[in-house]
Amino acid sequence: MSEKFDVIVVGAGPSGNAAAYKLASAGLSVLQIERGESPGSKNVQGAILYSDALEKLIPDFRDDAPLERHVIEQRMWVLDDDSYIGSHYRSEVFNQQPYNRYTMIRSQFDKWFSERVQKAGALLICETTVDQLLLDGNRVIGVLTDRQGGEIYADAVILADGVNSLLAKKAGFHPELHPKDVALAVKEIHFMPQELIEQRFNVTGDEGVVIEMVGKITQGMMGTGFLYTNRESITIGVGCMLSDFKQQQITPYALLEQMKAHPSIKPLLQGGEMKEYTAHLIPEGGFNAVPDLYGDGWMIVGDAGMFVNAVHREGSNLAMTTGMHAADTLIELKAEGREFSAANLKRYKTRLDESFVMKDLKKYKNMPDVFHTNPQFFNDYPELLSKAARTMLTVDGVDKKTKEREIRSSFRKRRSLFGMLGDTFKLWRAFE
Amino acid sequence: MHIVVCIKQVPDSAQIRVHPVTNTIMRQGVPAIVNPYDLFALEEALRLKDQYGGRVTVLTMGPPMAEAALRKAISYGADDAVLVTDRVFAGSDTLATSYALASAIGQIHKDMPVDLVFTGKQTIDGDTAQVGPGIAKRLDMQLLTYVSKVRSLDIDHKEIIVERRSEGGVQVLKTSIPSLITVLEGSNEMRFATMANMFRASRYPVKVWNKELAGIEDPTKTGLKGSPTVVSKVFAPTPRAVKAEIIQCESDDPKDLSVTLLAKMFAKHPKLEKEIAKRAA
Repeated sequence: MSEKFDVIVVGAGPSGNAAAYKLASAGLSVLQIERGESPGSKNVQGAILYSDALEKLIPDFRDDAPLERHVIEQRMWVLDDDSYIGSHYRSEVFNQQPYNRYTMIRSQFDKWFSERVQKAGALLICETTVDQLLLDGNRVIGVLTDRQGGEIYADAVILADGVNSLLAKKAGFHPELHPKDVALAVKEIHFMPQELIEQRFNVTGDEGVVIEMVGKITQGMMGTGFLYTNRESITIGVGCMLSDFKQQQITPYALLEQMKAHPSIKPLLQGGEMKEYTAHLIPEGGFNAVPDLYGDGWMIVGDAGMFVNAVHREGSNLAMTTGMHAADTLIELKAEGREFSAANLKRYKTRLDESFVMKDLKKYKNMPDVFHTNPQFFNDYPELLSKAARTMLTVDGVDKKTKEREIRSSFRKRRSLFGMLGDTFKLWRAFE
Repeated sequence: MHIVVCIKQVPDSAQIRVHPVTNTIMRQGVPAIVNPYDLFALEEALRLKDQYGGRVTVLTMGPPMAEAALRKAISYGADDAVLVTDRVFAGSDTLATSYALASAIGQIHKDMPVDLVFTGKQTIDGDTAQVGPGIAKRLDMQLLTYVSKVRSLDIDHKEIIVERRSEGGVQVLKTSIPSLITVLEGSNEMRFATMANMFRASRYPVKVWNKELAGIEDPTKTGLKGSPTVVSKVFAPTPRAVKAEIIQCESDDPKDLSVTLLAKMFAKHPKLEKEIAKRAA
């Protein structure tokens, strides 16, 4: 008496939800299986929501989605041990509806998203782990869950099971994740009264501020820190490559503690009360680490497919976009009366290649390696920049020309002329 | 045999915070769970069903979102679920709640006679342990509280034998059914839902009853109006001033450990040491 569906979606994060929503809306029978107690209970993200991808899927999402604040100011800080040098960009244009980006809290957002998916007609089952895929030769024909009578069949299975994608690994669709391809991020949510947030960050109503940070807070490891304002809380976190954590023997919580104690960050957290501590892996291997994305009866979407743009801190929008393309591929094939074979599912890959998803990942394909092998970007330059600013801003009777010379020589001493030329070239190549 | 299990959806009290400024409970973002004590009641009812056959109906009163708690109960194996929800019930205390639930059980009884009503020992949000007894009184049922085990059930003779925890021991009681049983924690362990029941739970149309369908005869006995309880003040307990101390001991021999511990205790309480020395002498 096993059940059979058109499509089984494993996971109820942004990619799985996007896929299930599209498929169910198109009238396909969809079963979504989530390991957590409820959608979002196991998910971690900064979290910034970029409107574009979600808008394409659910145009009226702003009506009832649990959004925190729309971002009107973006700060970019480069920190050394006791200073930051940075840029702030704030614009009244960001205050015009429809807003472009929001801070959000994933446990609430995912629950809302999932409710929409269920309303569209997908069947959701939570607290159930898919242990393995059911195969008929090379063809995926369903899933086996950890519950009694756990075989469930489907014409296609979409793997939206997140960064670790144990399922794809077990089926041999991709090898074990490499520590150099994943970042480990830790974050805390601090409760803070609304008025205090408004005062401290110079905002009113639903306006919000985002601070992205690089520099010595990551202790030479490749990574970034962040601070986001939510409605009644502050999110603060830091993430670095797993391989760096391993090599440097630094514990993630110690890194976050030290970052919170930074003289430029500490005052921003005062008056808050820590509510939540979470950690998660982020797939940051980029273009070169993207696994096979489809086969007979299966497709991979979201984090499971390494779809994160680490440079621009984008992930959930890529997840939703890949989920939508996977769904559209199946809907199209179903309408044409074709089977979900590898040859036909190749259309999914073609769609992705033509979208911003693959184009962006390709653009930055060398980025991980560049930053990874060149810790000076996280250590030396922040210090040099800070020192340069301090030298110029200190009025002490030394003439400006001498100061400039001092700055130049400090850069040369630390990185050498060739070193700096090389760094510029590397950066240019990576961003080009 | 027909068992009704009353459950309640509660905020997970392990995750609740008190607002630092207003001193009110912050429910926002706190997950809602099935009152853990009720799960022992449900499992005990399901075991009786496994053994003696019959049906298990779960019943709750609460806001529309409480449906999730009922669905969960269905996934464990309950047959039917009824959600009693109406604006007039808002603000109900235990007296008003037991009135509404007793009325609803009366309606359920009309469809299929009810032999047993199970509830948890108490809820983790109110902690009163009054609703179960309140229902029993209103329905004129035998009341068995703090039951740790149902020993046997004789449906033909309408008799039930239970073990009841009491101060200093266990009572074995026999009584007639219909009766209401409040189940103690730790009596059993909730089963792992089967895949088939998970599917059934996701598709099950929960019965939603307003005050009319629930058979409420006198609405003034429900909600805030029907609740004599008044919350006069809410406050957060002040955290302990004395910090816990970790006592180091080189050896892991129990004797050395206890000697170290005693030495530390006597250092803090010299009077105690003298007294014990005196007694030993």
